[in-house]
Parts: sequence; C-alpha cells; structure tokens
Amino acid sequence: MFRTAAELVEIAEKENILISEVMIRQEMDVKDKTREAIFSDMERNLEVMEKAIEDSLKGVQSVTGLTGGDAVLIQEYMKNKTPLSGKLLLDAVSKAMGTNEVNAAMGTICATPTAGSAGVVPGTLFAVKNQLNPTREQMIRYLFTAGAFGFVVANNAFISGAAGGCQAEVGSAGAMASAAIVEMAGGTPQQSAEAFAITLKNMLGLVCDPVAGLVEVPCVKRNAAGSSLAIVSADMALAGVSSRIPCDEVIGAMYRIGQSMPSTLRETGEGGLADTPTGRLLKEKIFGSLA
Amino acid sequence: MKYNSVFEIIGPVMIGPSSSHTAGAARIGKAARNLFREQPRWAKIHLYESFAKTYKGHGTDFALAGGLLGFEADDPRMSQALKLAEECGLSIEFIEDTSAVSHPNTARLIIGNDKEQIELVGISIGGGTIEITELNRFELRLSGNHPAILVMHNDRFGAIASVTSILAKYEINIGHMEVNRNDTTKEAIMVIETDQNIEEHVRNELAEAEHITRVSTIDR
Repeated sequence: MFRTAAELVEIAEKENILISEVMIRQEMDVKDKTREAIFSDMERNLEVMEKAIEDSLKGVQSVTGLTGGDAVLIQEYMKNKTPLSGKLLLDAVSKAMGTNEVNAAMGTICATPTAGSAGVVPGTLFAVKNQLNPTREQMIRYLFTAGAFGFVVANNAFISGAAGGCQAEVGSAGAMASAAIVEMAGGTPQQSAEAFAITLKNMLGLVCDPVAGLVEVPCVKRNAAGSSLAIVSADMALAGVSSRIPCDEVIGAMYRIGQSMPSTLRETGEGGLADTPTGRLLKEKIFGSLA
Repeated sequence: MKYNSVFEIIGPVMIGPSSSHTAGAARIGKAARNLFREQPRWAKIHLYESFAKTYKGHGTDFALAGGLLGFEADDPRMSQALKLAEECGLSIEFIEDTSAVSHPNTARLIIGNDKEQIELVGISIGGGTIEITELNRFELRLSGNHPAILVMHNDRFGAIASVTSILAKYEINIGHMEVNRNDTTKEAIMVIETDQNIEEHVRNELAEAEHITRVSTIDR
C-alpha cells in the first residue's frame, strides 16, 4: 500500500503502469473485489458527475438565492464571444461552478474529495474530454488517478475545510485534477506528481471562510479557481516544468499551515469573507429569523 | 491510515451541500441508530465548534435526523428528514455546545426510548468519513471502515474469552480489538472490528454469553 506520492510514482515507474492502475490494483486488494466490480462502482460516480453538470446547465438556484445560474451565464458567453482565457479552460470553470451550484441547491453530487470542492475534478474532466477524446475507460481512470493523489493527501494531511482550510479542499481537489489531466494527456507518473505539487503550492494558505457558514460564497467561485489552476499546472508539467519542492513536502507544508490556522478561518463562518460588512449582512438576512 | 479506499476520496455520492457537515453527519446518525439497534423515540444532540456554528446552513441538523431514520447519504428524502422524524414520532433537540473538543466537527448524541438510552460521540473527519470516539462514556476508536461488534460486559475474568471463542467457532477474523472499563460501575466495553458482517444468530449467541450485557453490530 502506498503512503506517499513518491511511493505512488515509484510503484508506477517500477511496474511500468499508470497511476490509475496502481490505485485500481490497491483497491481490488483492499476490497477483495474484481476489476470489473471496482470499475463499475467508479462508473456510477462518473454518471452522477455527468448528471450534475447536465442539471447545472439547465440553471439551478440555491434556497438562499446566493448562488446559481453562473454556469449558464458562462456557457452563453462562450457561445457568443471568444473567451480570453480559452474555450477549454472556461468550459472547465463553468462545469466546475455548475457542479457546485447543484451541490449548494442540495442536489446529488459525488464528493471529490469533499462536497464543497466537488466541482473541480468533474469540471476539468468534462472539459478536457472535448479535446482529448478519451474512451469511457480512460474517463473512469481519470477518477482513479485523482483519487490516488487524494488518498495521499487525506492520509498525510487533511481534506476538510474545518480541519485545514480551503487549501485542504479546493487545493487538494485542484491538485488531484492536475495529476489526472496529465495522465489522460499522456504524461508520465512523475509529471502527474509535478502538476499536483504546482497546483497545491499555489493554493497554500487559502482559508475556509464561508459566508453565513454556507457552502456557497465563496465556495462556488473557488471551484472555478481550482479547476483553472489545475489545467494550467497540468500544461506546465507536460511542458517539462517541475516543482522545486517535492510533492510530499508540499503536502507537509499544507498540513502545517492548516494546523496553524485559527478556527475562525476553518469553516466556522466567523472570519475572512464571512466577517465582511456584506458577509455579515447576508448572514443576517438569511438567518435573521432563525438566529 | 485514516482512509483505506479510493471511494472515500472519489465519493460518496451524496445530497449537498457539505461532505463533512451533511454526508458525515448522516453517517454519524446512522451509526448511532445501528448501535441502538432500533429507531429511537428521542434524541438530544450536542453540536460543537464548526458543527455548532454552521449546522443550519449545512443541513447538519436534517442529516443527523436522516441518519437516525436510517437514511444513506444519498437518500433523496434527506432535506425533509426533520419533518419526517417528527411524523414518525422521533423528537430531536439540538444543543449548541461551547465546551472544548478535540475535533472541530464533533457531535454528541444521546438517543433513547422510554426504556433505555445510549450516548455516543462522533467526529466527521472530512469527505464524508467519520469516526466514533466515545460510546456510553467509554473512549474508543471506531473507524466505520469495517464491520464491528460492540459488547458491553461486566468487568469479570472470562468475558473476553467467551466472546472470542464464539467468534473463533464461526471463523470470524478479528482485525482490531480494544477493551476499556469503567472503574466505578464495573462495566466494560469491547470493540471488535471484523472482516465480515456479523450474522444475527452469531450476535444472539454473543448476547447470551456469560457476563455480557449488550451486543451491537455495525455492518459494512
């Protein structure tokens, strides 16, 4: 069983297999299940992700009215204008935000690794798909690759905003997506690790400061940040750029930063954006009658 | 390792909005129901730190209620769980507790009916994964990753042997086991994680063994 990103890459290189394959074999072993059973379990998650994106593009609205409809706005903009950041990147942003809008509206999603960060992995997958034309199996493998790196973060640091801030959620999700994009695009296991490290480095220190304690503001737009950074880092790694600080040490840094974050900035809805005049006003409007 | 499976990272499929505060909370509620062995009539739920501050926005309240009703994290009835609980005679009280706890997403559930009650502490450690850290004031560590047997017994010699010999007879492998006791009440608890789910007849045999007062099982 691999514990670190270095071990994960080493197994893949030594056996000359993909990162996704390392994860699949470990899962077969842990669960004592066949390859087909593991694949079909993961395909169910893929179907949930696909459905959430479809639903979001019809337009959703959360109960509070704080979020919803932005994914549609971006899709329409892409139809009428040429986006400055590029079609693929903005498509990922729209689908990541859309998934999170569905989550905020209490729809069905697949946590990757959490609900608040659930847009990043599927958003990038369904955008990159249009350019790379993967098979269904490769799309499922994308999730195993993302999951393999997520497994390392979860066991060596944390993946919840309450424990480690948004760097642990959207930071981890973006980094996981980067690694998966690299594999799908034909990069090496080491390049996946480099992409992961580059994304997470750029998310370090990000706090979890949800307005009114709701998974809406700023979570939906942080999914946009995570997915765009994931694609850029993947491109950097595929170009041969490497991280000076190795992947596992970046995870260690994320862990220590999270530990030193005050609880006001770890999903209590007490600090940061939640504690701005508008943030407080929104909270009062929403919970005025309940508080 | 805190996480054993890729499906704890890519998954669970769930109703939004928060994996810790909604899906994890539902799983804590469901674990409590399983440990009580039936649907409770009442529940007093203490919420701490992040759970206490944000439970209304995250739906932690209806998720805990849903878990107590036996719902899985992706049950479409989840957001209606508070109303459904009331309709089927389960009254729930939420208490925002300011006591210090070691994990930010902590809930203490005291659930019961007119005859008996149990008390447990659950923590939601991220991505919908939970741990039970206390049962009836006994500290323990139950991951929820494996099937488990919880045995309340008198603190007497032979109690552990009588349980393990029954498990050996049915070729049930023990993955992890811990024993803890309360010095004043002379009560003790055994927490046994196993590789396979425990069948009803095995549970009944355990419950009838000498010095055993209560047996609960959690399936996986």
